[in-house]
Amino acid sequence: MTVRVLVAKVGLDGHDRGIKVVARLLRDAGMEVVYTGLFQTPETVAIAAIQEDVDVVGLSMLSGAHLTLAPLVVAALRSKGSDIPVVVGGIVPNNDLDDMKAAGIAAVFGPGASALEMVESINAVVRARA
Amino acid sequence: MPATSPFERWRVAYDASTTRDATFTTMSGITLEPVYGPDDAEFPGQYPYTRGVHASMYRSRLWTMRMFAGFGTAVDTNKRFKDIIAAGGQGLSTAFDMPTLLGLDSDDPMALGEVGRCGVAIDSLSDMRDLFADIDLASITTSMTINSPAAVMLALFVAQAEESGVPRDQLGGTLQNDILKEYQAQKEFVFPPRASMRLVRDTIAFTATEMPKWNSISVSGYHIREAGSTAAEELAFTLANGFAYVELARSAGLSVDEVAPRLSFFFNAHIDFFEEIAKYRAARRLWATWMKDHYAATNELSWKLRFHTQTAGVSLTAQQPEVNIARTAIEALAGVLGGTQSLHTNSMDEALALPSEKAARIALRTQQIIAYETNVVHVADPLGGSWYVEELTDELERQAEQIFAEIANFGDGSMLEGCIKGIEENWFQGRIADSAYQLERSFNEGRRTVVGVNDFTEGNNDADLEILRITNEDERKQVQRLNEVKRDRDDGRVALAIEELTRDATDPEVNLMPALINAARANVTVGEMMGALEKVFGRHIEVPTL
Repeated sequence: MTVRVLVAKVGLDGHDRGIKVVARLLRDAGMEVVYTGLFQTPETVAIAAIQEDVDVVGLSMLSGAHLTLAPLVVAALRSKGSDIPVVVGGIVPNNDLDDMKAAGIAAVFGPGASALEMVESINAVVRARA
Repeated sequence: MPATSPFERWRVAYDASTTRDATFTTMSGITLEPVYGPDDAEFPGQYPYTRGVHASMYRSRLWTMRMFAGFGTAVDTNKRFKDIIAAGGQGLSTAFDMPTLLGLDSDDPMALGEVGRCGVAIDSLSDMRDLFADIDLASITTSMTINSPAAVMLALFVAQAEESGVPRDQLGGTLQNDILKEYQAQKEFVFPPRASMRLVRDTIAFTATEMPKWNSISVSGYHIREAGSTAAEELAFTLANGFAYVELARSAGLSVDEVAPRLSFFFNAHIDFFEEIAKYRAARRLWATWMKDHYAATNELSWKLRFHTQTAGVSLTAQQPEVNIARTAIEALAGVLGGTQSLHTNSMDEALALPSEKAARIALRTQQIIAYETNVVHVADPLGGSWYVEELTDELERQAEQIFAEIANFGDGSMLEGCIKGIEENWFQGRIADSAYQLERSFNEGRRTVVGVNDFTEGNNDADLEILRITNEDERKQVQRLNEVKRDRDDGRVALAIEELTRDATDPEVNLMPALINAARANVTVGEMMGALEKVFGRHIEVPTL
C-alpha cells in the first residue's frame, strides 16, 4: 500500500525550504505527497487531509508557534471524527517534546533528521494507526 | 602631473583618506602595506571594485557590527537594543515578528501563537515609541527588516522620529523593502507583485527627495541562499533584482544616479569559505559594470556595491550547538575578507530558538576577535591575486551573466519585467527548490559531511543549552496594548486617515508615503493600513508547487 501524506504550512511562517525538500524525499521513498501551500489554518489542513484521504499529516514549523498551532490541527481533525495522525518537522526544542506528545503529535523531526529517519518514522506512525 | 598607473592613482586616493588609530604591523612587527599587488593591477576603490569599494578599506573604518535583534514586545526589544549598544554594537537591526511582517495586527486570528515570537510585534506608533525609547536616532543607523509592509513601517518610523525631535532628513538607516525576493524565496508576501512594486517605487521616490541619508532598499540574497539556492544563483538573482529596482525607479522619473547610490545589498556568508569570498568580489564587479555599461550611470557611487553580510542560518546545527560558534567564525571571516560593510554573526543556539543574550554576545565577540585580534583588517582584499580566488571570481561572474541573460529573456530585455515574469511563472522558486533538494540529497547520501549531523556525532546527547523562551504572556500583553491604543485614539481622525489612504491607493500616480505618515500619526494600526491597501491592491496567492 502506498502511504499518502499531506504536508502543510500552518499560520504565517513562510519558510518553505524544508517542506519542499522533505516532500521530494518522501516521494523518492515511494510515498504520495500532497502540498496545499502557504498560510493554511488548522481548519483548512484538517479538511484537506480528510478530503484527500491521507494516511498522515506532516506539518513544517520553524517560527516557534508549534505548541500553539500543531495541537489545533490535531483538534480540528479529531473534531471532524478523523484519527489521521499528525507529525511535525522543524525547529522544536527538546523541552517542548513532552508537550507535543501530550497534544497528540505522533512524531517530531528536528533539524538534521535524515530522510531515512523520517520515512521509517512515518511508516511506523501509519502502521500504528492501522 | 597626473598619476598614471593604477597603483599611483590608488596611492593618491589612499593618502587622501583618514586611517584609524591602530598599528598596521603583524604581531611580530612586520610593517604591512594597505594592499598588495603589481602596479598595473586593479586596486581597491578602483572601478570595477573587485577588490573593494574604498581605497583604504578597513584601515579607515571597520565594518559596522550590526546585530539583528527583536523579540516579544517593543519594550523587550528596546532593552536588547540598549544591551547591543552597550556591548559595542554600532548599528541597530530590527527583526519583526511574523504578523508584523505580513501586516497583521497582534489581535488578528491568524496571528495566534506568532506574536513576538520571531521578532518584535509592532502594531502602531505607540509600539514604535517604545521600540526606540531613549535611543538617539540621529546618532545611530537603524535597519528594519521588513518588506510587504515596508512603506507602512517607514511611515511609523518617520512619525516616531519626528515626534521625538529628529527630522526625517537626519535619519540614517536601511529599509529592507526587497519585495522581489519575498516571492522568490522568503515568502512573506501580501499584495500581488505589481502592486507591491508600486509601494517600493513610492518609498524609493520619497526617500530620494526627503531622506538623503537613507538606503531605500537592501537588495537581499541572504534569503535566496537560505531558501536553498547555490552561490551563483544567490549572486545572480540578487543583482537581477537590483537591476529591476533601478528600472522601476527610472519608470518613476528618477535617474539611475538618483537611485543606485541608495541601494545597498545583503549577502549570505555560507560555509564554503573561498566560494563566498569570490561571490562578494564578483558581485562588486558585476554591479559596477552593469551600472556603467547597461544603465549608463555616471556617478561613481552608483557603481559601488556596498553590502551587509549575515552568516548562514542554514549552516547551523541543533546537534552540538556550541560547535556553531566555529562555523559562524569561519563564515564571518569570509565576509570580512570579501570586504563587507556590515556584518551580523548568528548565535550558536539559532537552530533551536531565537538567541539568548549570552549566545548573542558570543556572536558579537566573534566579530570583535576578527576585527581586533587577527590583524586581517590591515590589508585590503588579501586574497586578490590568488590564482584560485581570481578564477572562482571569474567563474561566478560567468555563471551570473548566464542567469542574467535568461531573466532578461523572460522580460524581452527588461530585467524588471523578467524578474516579475520569473516570479509569476515560478521559475525562481523552482530553481531554488531544485538546488535545495540536490544539496539535501548530498547530505543524506553522505557525499557531504555536516559535523554532528551525519558524522562525528559523539556529544550529540550532551545537556541542552539554555535557550530563550518566548511565552504566550507577551502575546497577551501586546494584544492588551493594542486594545488600549484603539480605545484612546480619535476615531474620527482614524477614519479620515484611512479614507485618504484608500483614495491615494486607487490612483497609481500618487505617492502613498504622505498618506501613510498621516495615518501613522493618527494611530491607525499596521493591520488597518495594510487592510485599506489590500482592498485596492488585492492579495497574492502562490500556486503551491513541489
